[in-house]
Amino acid sequence: MPKIIIDGQSIVAKQGQTIIEAALDHGITIPHFCWHPALSVAGNCRMCLVQVGNQKKDSEGALQFMADGQPDVAWIPKMQIACATPVADGMVVDTAGKRTVDAQEAIMEFLLVNHPLDCPICDEAGQCKLQEYAFRHSRGKSRFDDEKVHKPKRVQLGPQIMFDGERCISCSRCIRFADEVAHQPVLTFVQRGDKVTIETFPGTTFDSPYSMNVIDICPVGALTSIDFRFRARVWEMSFTDSVCPGCARGCNIKIGVMNNEVLRVEPRTNMHVNTYWMCDYGRLTTPAAINDNRTDGPMIRRDGQLQSASWEEATAHAAAILKAARPQDVVVLGSAHASNEDNYALAQLASKVIKTANVDFIKHIDATFGDSQLRVPETAPNAIGAHAVGVAPGNGGYNLGQLAERIASGSVKVLVVLEDTLDSSSQRLAELAAGVDAMIVFSSKASVTAMQASVLFPAASFAESHGTFTNTMHRVQHFKPAVVTQENVRYMGMAMSRWDKFGAPNDRWTDGTRRNSRAAWRVIRDLAAALGTTWSWKSAEDVFADISQHVAAFQSMTYASLDANYGLVLGKGGQPDPVGTVYESHVLKPN
Amino acid sequence: MANVTTNIESERMTFWERIYLPEIARGLGLTLRQMFRPKFTRQYPEERWEPEGSYRGRPVLVQEEDGERCVACGLCSRVCPALAIEVRAAETDKEKERYPELFEINMLRCIYCGFCEEVCPEEAIVMSKDYELVFGSQDEGILGKEKLLIPVSQLQDRLEFLRQWR
Repeated sequence: MPKIIIDGQSIVAKQGQTIIEAALDHGITIPHFCWHPALSVAGNCRMCLVQVGNQKKDSEGALQFMADGQPDVAWIPKMQIACATPVADGMVVDTAGKRTVDAQEAIMEFLLVNHPLDCPICDEAGQCKLQEYAFRHSRGKSRFDDEKVHKPKRVQLGPQIMFDGERCISCSRCIRFADEVAHQPVLTFVQRGDKVTIETFPGTTFDSPYSMNVIDICPVGALTSIDFRFRARVWEMSFTDSVCPGCARGCNIKIGVMNNEVLRVEPRTNMHVNTYWMCDYGRLTTPAAINDNRTDGPMIRRDGQLQSASWEEATAHAAAILKAARPQDVVVLGSAHASNEDNYALAQLASKVIKTANVDFIKHIDATFGDSQLRVPETAPNAIGAHAVGVAPGNGGYNLGQLAERIASGSVKVLVVLEDTLDSSSQRLAELAAGVDAMIVFSSKASVTAMQASVLFPAASFAESHGTFTNTMHRVQHFKPAVVTQENVRYMGMAMSRWDKFGAPNDRWTDGTRRNSRAAWRVIRDLAAALGTTWSWKSAEDVFADISQHVAAFQSMTYASLDANYGLVLGKGGQPDPVGTVYESHVLKPN
Repeated sequence: MANVTTNIESERMTFWERIYLPEIARGLGLTLRQMFRPKFTRQYPEERWEPEGSYRGRPVLVQEEDGERCVACGLCSRVCPALAIEVRAAETDKEKERYPELFEINMLRCIYCGFCEEVCPEEAIVMSKDYELVFGSQDEGILGKEKLLIPVSQLQDRLEFLRQWR
């Protein structure tokens, strides 16, 4: 294990690490553009220049010190790039001295010579590495007063990616990503010197299912999202840690919200799950899944029509339906789309209150969706969790496969459905369900099933409540509310973006809808209370505490420990995997 | 009792002041003198005051021949302490790819601090000389692009002032 000194701090590095990696492991970030921990080392931006040397030794081999006790160092005459210099025992590195800072400032000046400085137009502004270092390592005024080089702007590299050659600093992160991670080597440098720019090879386009990650890793605004272009500045949005609901991988994401509308989703580093990436499908479909086609306000079917009702009326109506039915005539469907908390509450309702054993959930498998990287064939985020918290047929109960026949034979009177659509299981089931006496649906989406309901409870989606998903690798991950509903408005308070926080009703910019929805566990709690069983849950955290107490697999898990350890694996609540160094290339600061 | 300070009218005033009549005559004399001095009030609104370039009236957007200067960067909106400005950006085919699809200043919120002008990287929003703001309703107080855009020729005083003093 090589022992090195960085900025006077003695650290033990790992064999074969480069200086930049060793420094990062110990909380020292050396400025860089082209280096990324998941990509090969290119060493072409020169931003990570540091001064490197060895401590002098006398003829006996004893280390030499100066009069003030500092090590006497024989510096290598030229600066070294920290990203490509492996650590060696006895190495001394200076990342903050005058020579280093001078070198970094000189590099910044070179990079800015041909940079258009169109930050007011650029989408990256606010979370741009070049801006960040221009603040720290730049002279503030350009000495270059000639005409800048003009390069192609607004070049479409793929269906989702727009390229601006003038902003590009030729770090080659995107080229290496396409090559090494997306395995679609279609990007390349063309031209030379200050004319260098990036193109796709003739006849190709960068349309990999992971292509949009280059937008995140681009340290400047050269690559922007066609989907998002100019919709908001980064500082106008609030970013909330969440988990992607697109498939059972459960990639960690941040949800960007402005005016109570989800504008974009970007990956969040979690070395256990998705490392630094997410797929384009999750990125593009998640905002629409939260924004569009939602339920708003409870509804009761009267005279064949769904009509608005109060929460109390709807709860009383649902309780009356359940009271009138015999337990064996009730079927309860949990959901792989709902959180562990909601599924647990529903399973408790089924077994303790309704006392039916007919409990199951719909599995969503799409073999064409999975790939060898992040995407998995299981297209709902929480199938493992739903099963783990007890959504499964009880003793003598029947499962989903038998449900259609049971409905056809008339032995099902009441159907309780959480957050799912019956037609996603089979069209026949959806048609048969129309003949059931009563359907109680908890749904965040205004789906076909929701529209069939006798009582419809608008559930808060994963973006509007606290909760946990259990991914395909059995990792339980916590997500937080990002969007304001009438239920969570007081909790959200300062978590909203500046405009949403301080906007008054007469401001035109605050026209985003605050839906009248509630977390499903809460509606189920109230329904249980109406049926005579009182549960003391006050928050999703209380429900989760109940789960960790009563479900062995979740033992000793809390929201705090899930957050601190980037999720915990079922059955290993007390033995977290080491988190390691979490690298975020560039984010909005202060975040 | 040594520390008591008194301010009793009969002790403060002389006899002549207390009986008022000479004071009334003095006051009338003062009024009479003012009648023959030059006037500094004016007959507003027939006679309007034209402010200097340094005056901070309502903020407006600079309009060039080919449209607005503004690129909808949103910095004015960010810096505005009263949250009076809403900018919504969109893409155009012009060289500057971005323009404000919607630009609204809520004049009921505006406090005329001029931060928007100071922060603007394009010199696209400036304080005008317009101080006559009357609204019949709250909605009327929210000015859109059609009211905000002013040709650059009418804003020369302010632009000159900014170049000289900022």
